[in-house]
Amino acid sequence: MRNLTGINDLVVRFANVNGTGSASANNMFAMSIFRMGIPMTAKNIFPSNIQGLPTWYEVRVSEKGYLGRREGVDVLVCVNPQSMKQDIASVKSGGYFVYDNTKNLHKDFIRDDINYIGIPMIGICMRLYQDPRQRQLFKNMIYVGALAALLDIELEVVKGIIADEFAKKPKLIEPNVQAMMEGVKYVQDNYSYPLHVRVERRDLVGDSIVIDGNTACGLGAVYAGATVAGWYPITPSTSLVEAFAKYANKYRLDPETGLKKVAIVQAEDELAAFGMVLGASWNGARAFTATSGPGVSLMNEFLGLAYFAEIPAVLVDVQRGGPSTGMPTRTQQSDLLLAAYASHGDTKHVLLLPSTPTECFNLMADAFDLAERLQTPVIVMTDLDLGMNDHLTAPLKWDDSRRYDRGKVYTAQDLDDLTAVGKQFGRYLDVDGDGIPYRTIPATHPTKGSFFTRGTSHDEYARYTEDGVKNAEVLNRLLKKWDTAKEITPKPEFYQTENKSNVGVIFFGTTTYAALEAMDLLREEEGITLDAMRATAFPFHSSVEEFIAAHDQVFVIEQNRDAQFRTLLINELEVNPKKLIKILNYDGMPITAEAIRRQIAGVLATV
Amino acid sequence: MPKNTIGYAKADYEGVISTLCAGCGHDSISGAIVQACYEMAIEPHRVAKLSGIGCSSKTPNYFLNNSHGFNSVHGRMPSVATGANMANRDLIYLGVSGDGDTASIGMGQFVHAIRRNLNMLYIVMNNGCYGLTKGQDSATADQGSVSKSGSVNPFEGIDLPGMALELGATFVARSFSGDKTQLVPLIKAALSHKGFALIDVMSPCVTFNNNAGSTKSYDYVRDHIEALAEIGFVPEKEEITVSYETGTTVDVELHDGSVVHLQKLADGWDPRDRQAAMRRLQAAKTEGEILTGLLYIDPNSKDLHEVIKSDSRPLNSLKEEDLCPGSAILDLINEDFR
Repeated sequence: MRNLTGINDLVVRFANVNGTGSASANNMFAMSIFRMGIPMTAKNIFPSNIQGLPTWYEVRVSEKGYLGRREGVDVLVCVNPQSMKQDIASVKSGGYFVYDNTKNLHKDFIRDDINYIGIPMIGICMRLYQDPRQRQLFKNMIYVGALAALLDIELEVVKGIIADEFAKKPKLIEPNVQAMMEGVKYVQDNYSYPLHVRVERRDLVGDSIVIDGNTACGLGAVYAGATVAGWYPITPSTSLVEAFAKYANKYRLDPETGLKKVAIVQAEDELAAFGMVLGASWNGARAFTATSGPGVSLMNEFLGLAYFAEIPAVLVDVQRGGPSTGMPTRTQQSDLLLAAYASHGDTKHVLLLPSTPTECFNLMADAFDLAERLQTPVIVMTDLDLGMNDHLTAPLKWDDSRRYDRGKVYTAQDLDDLTAVGKQFGRYLDVDGDGIPYRTIPATHPTKGSFFTRGTSHDEYARYTEDGVKNAEVLNRLLKKWDTAKEITPKPEFYQTENKSNVGVIFFGTTTYAALEAMDLLREEEGITLDAMRATAFPFHSSVEEFIAAHDQVFVIEQNRDAQFRTLLINELEVNPKKLIKILNYDGMPITAEAIRRQIAGVLATV
Repeated sequence: MPKNTIGYAKADYEGVISTLCAGCGHDSISGAIVQACYEMAIEPHRVAKLSGIGCSSKTPNYFLNNSHGFNSVHGRMPSVATGANMANRDLIYLGVSGDGDTASIGMGQFVHAIRRNLNMLYIVMNNGCYGLTKGQDSATADQGSVSKSGSVNPFEGIDLPGMALELGATFVARSFSGDKTQLVPLIKAALSHKGFALIDVMSPCVTFNNNAGSTKSYDYVRDHIEALAEIGFVPEKEEITVSYETGTTVDVELHDGSVVHLQKLADGWDPRDRQAAMRRLQAAKTEGEILTGLLYIDPNSKDLHEVIKSDSRPLNSLKEEDLCPGSAILDLINEDFR
């Protein structure tokens, strides 16, 4: 039998039982790799369940710095008999299956092309611990230790992580280290170690951090000065508002009075959550909510009101697998059309498309500026993979000289100045010719600037009108504002200074990791060089249309069934749909470079 | 033109001319709001007026022209009011809704605004029917009430004050659009109350629900009305100079020092007794009475801002230096993720 070999290029998958404390042990493993200076990415593949069902955690270690999911498991750590059959089947030929050999494996579970490494995890625990909960928790540390020995992870690094993990409960440090060392010792006594597939210290992560996108978005909202959040729990967005609450409650607390410079209200549903955002934004606060697809469906009516009445709002859609309730704990990019055109009538919304946690932080802060500048909802489109998984990413940065752009808001002085030159305030007057009118915040002036916000057809002075021409004028001005949005939203990122191919690739969001790796695979292994563009916002900047025009074929890579991003391109731009070729993945798992490479190479081979 | 103590004339509290039907109860309620705000010398721009959708929800356009208004979507005014209130705790929030807007499509939001004790006045202009869509029964229509077309409502009507009491509302009142002497002081008391104040106002629909057999017609309401007490409102700045016979009056002092003065009380009536209010409402229903007046008040209630411990300043007034932790803190946060 051949053994897999290689340094710093492997996938380790943990098969656990939900609710057994494995998450923190698995995380220690992943952070050990990171602290040895080796790029890694971690994916939590979890059930919609609190306790008992199978759950997996997958760590990809990549010397080359590839941070997308990779197909094939090199080392599988099996701590869950329920899923053992499929787990054994998932190991690459020549790979390793680490399991609990307290009891013998049934012969049906034996493959002759993989290596079996038995660690008597339960046996060791039964011998060392009396308390059932301890037996379960320390079992996790035993496999961490065994893996450390097998993969040549520096034990001092693991010990350091254990010390950090239990910094607030120092009594737990020593027992956890001991349990970990039991695993190390068993491997040392019984196997030749390390394996041929292993890790080795590098200096490749620089000042990077490992953080999930929801935490980064929550921090972005704190830094952007959001003071009101209305929200309703839904996977996978819940932890975003929880992160916002954690940091806002910490850094906006007056220690003397116990009062907080934030108001977070758990709403009765997503409709109310968005209603709260609109009420607060209308009243001059920065407000936001976060949800997932089902929540956006419910918010449609309010999104239409916000668009038409021109009320700033920030909404994060952490997309999950649809349609309907779908796969709540799996990832997709399948809410694009829903979000872009949410609500009845001619309605469209600004979308921001972050691809890393760092960008989540930055675009979240930008979203508030853009929403207030454009006086319209801005929807930050992340997904479960970005939101809930830890990603290696550049450290978060804030420029202390940055001022919030509160947009066009008249002060009492402005209103008096208008009167002085014989002008009247019109809430929906296009004063500057950019389609963006001036607004007033309630209570600005005793006798000037009040207006009636409404979702009914209105004229420039916010008065109800059934004059069709007037209504069309408003709709046209909103289109002018849409054109302004194209200029002030983030520009796409191009990966070449000048085009080198007649074939291009477009991607966005978490597809970026796999797409960039696929470009390397195509170039290095197939000799195919492609031009690449990453979209960061909707509506599309003119350079998007130019990129498509400059290529005979453009692959559009995305994670949904209906090629929704491609539809947006066709719908909004003057492009030939035949040029746009779909590359899709919608199985709920993050798309892989290999899948992209296969599909693109396949299409190019048939031309 | 007479002016109030802050120099505003009554006209300064009016809105544009109503487009509702002549004789609509809602216009009387708008008039009562104007009068209450004028007499209380509220600065009009310190009021935010919000509504949902329907005939009633149009009315914020017909009063307080110098206030910002927000005509939101059907049944969703409470959430918009919640957000607005969170952004600036210093304004007065006046929500206007109807029986369709509140008791059907907006029931969820109504209930939760009560539950959170949001500091606002919530007026339901209750006519038992959907006026804008030409007279369908609403969820507050009484069982057995006859519509204009002659059909009899087979469903139990929802009693909003009864439900609000059950939910823990801290100010619950019912009134009648045709009884300004009761409605105006109730509005004043509600505006001074810190917390959620509900006034369910019987407001007959002259066009679709004012026929014989309807239990929301002018004639029916007048014939069946039963007031718990005569109500007076004494603003904080004025002293109570008239003395009343004890035993038949109750004075309730509100958080801002104003006093709600109730006289000719129904026997054994204390507006601070929630259970008594619930019993009295049930009894009135059995008797076929429409019970009006201040049903219940908790003068010491804690509003949502107090519960969640938000800053005493309006959140919408806070700037970068109040809100942004800055780059040095961010560097420390980064360290937690290495």
